[in-house]
Amino acid sequence: MLDAVGVASVDDLFADIPSAVRAGEWDVPSPLSEQEVRAELARLAERNRIPTVSFLGAGAYRHLIPSVVGEVIGRSEFATSYTPYQPEVSQGTLQSIYEFQSLICELTDMEVATASHYDGATATAEAALMACRVTRRSRVAVSAGLNPDYRRVLETYCSGPGVEVVTVPVDLSEGGDGTTDPAASGGLDEVACLVAAQPNFYGQLEPMRELADAAHGEGALFVAVVEPTSLAVLQAPGSYGADIVAAEGQPLGIPVSFGGPYVGLMAARMASVRQMPGRLVGATRDVQGRRGYVLTLQAREQHIRREKAASNICTNQALMALAATAYLTAVGPSGLREVAELSMAQARHLAGALESAGLAERRFGGAYLNEVVMRVPEAARRHAALAEQGIVAGHLLERGEAELRDTLLLAATELTADDDIARLIDALEATR
Amino acid sequence: MSYPDDLRYSKEHEWVRVEGSRATIGITSFAADELGDVVFVELPEVGAALSQFGTFGVVESVKAVSDLYAPVSGEVVEVNEALRESPELLNADAFGEGWIAKVELSDTAELDGLMDAAAYADETA
Repeated sequence: MLDAVGVASVDDLFADIPSAVRAGEWDVPSPLSEQEVRAELARLAERNRIPTVSFLGAGAYRHLIPSVVGEVIGRSEFATSYTPYQPEVSQGTLQSIYEFQSLICELTDMEVATASHYDGATATAEAALMACRVTRRSRVAVSAGLNPDYRRVLETYCSGPGVEVVTVPVDLSEGGDGTTDPAASGGLDEVACLVAAQPNFYGQLEPMRELADAAHGEGALFVAVVEPTSLAVLQAPGSYGADIVAAEGQPLGIPVSFGGPYVGLMAARMASVRQMPGRLVGATRDVQGRRGYVLTLQAREQHIRREKAASNICTNQALMALAATAYLTAVGPSGLREVAELSMAQARHLAGALESAGLAERRFGGAYLNEVVMRVPEAARRHAALAEQGIVAGHLLERGEAELRDTLLLAATELTADDDIARLIDALEATR
Repeated sequence: MSYPDDLRYSKEHEWVRVEGSRATIGITSFAADELGDVVFVELPEVGAALSQFGTFGVVESVKAVSDLYAPVSGEVVEVNEALRESPELLNADAFGEGWIAKVELSDTAELDGLMDAAAYADETA
């Protein structure tokens, strides 16, 4: 074969690669038998410390995942297929994405949803850039109550096109309500959008309609970043004037697993559909009048518009979107409401138990959903001590804002057992 | 093919009709035919400042999405609102009802660099 292509040796095929960037010698161990590999992996796995009780949320939430979700996404037609580039022959994939989009529109009360994004943070950043295209402005205002990881990703996305990011403060004062103050911002002049989260990073419920009105008053769009299961009990973003909705879809049937793969959700109004990033599946009829699915409005996308595409830095997460679709279909509207209500109830049980044991008190007033900021004396020391015992006492907030020293952000879901709460109380008692 | 004699034409297939200090601009019938059925026109905003040969909008057909290039510099004083609901006017009447925007010219000398109908006919032959 070397003769056929006209080279003397395999090395000649790599002649164009400068020697300075070649890998050189690899320092890898010698080959092992399958039995030895298994033993080595088992040894490594034993170093994992898997908590037996966790109150960690902060953007990712443990929920019961019905077995049917794994069954559906494990089917080889879905599990092994890449995003369809000759899409119309993949009617099954397109239909599953269309169902997903329909469910997201119903949940959010919006008119159009994309085929999905990498995760909640990138969907949020894409929403901010989309608002810049719609309004032809190049500043965005972001609530300090948005997940700090999302804020960092958004800043990275905005740094390329030169979009300025301004922060709208959250009231972190003692006994304050921990929400975004649209009046305190004063910085909404000429912004493309205001981005705010419901519930916010501190679990607090934001005055979304007021925030939407403040944005619209400045000719800006309102971007609502939501937690999808909460939409079973909270107002839908479409009803309080959100122009774009972005969300992390992980709580919908996707396990918490070292950060991914997750799935980003995005929905918007039809008026701005041409500025939406990424793929959209539409339903239509073929020449014989039969229902069929297509990738619609593709002309905005990068394989046609190249550098002028609505976005060159996104794709869809079809398999994770399918997991969300299977989850929502399995639990149904009443099941999702139960999930949200049980999570709320357990969060109240958790906060109440900590308060009545005299171990902690709520740091903020106002309303919360399934996650709550508690003041705990010597939080850092005790958080570390509990971790040693396999109890994750939520997220230590003093790693972020200095005002939040000695506070923990604790989450509950329907998987939070009363026994888990009792173990947390006992362990905290023991570290007094 | 022949084109209206009272217009000036750009290499990017836009036309200009000058009336005093104002100009009406659009895309040529040649461009509209090449694009195929136009399904959407993204219009500039009234008040936007156009610079000659800079982009000022987008036209989307069933085949492609293409930028609109301003044949002249100036401020947009009016846009053809009818195109929002009826983008097909670009195909049906490119030099008439399919006009895109009216511009207050900032430099009439720019017109000298554009083609007349005969030159544009040669260009597209």
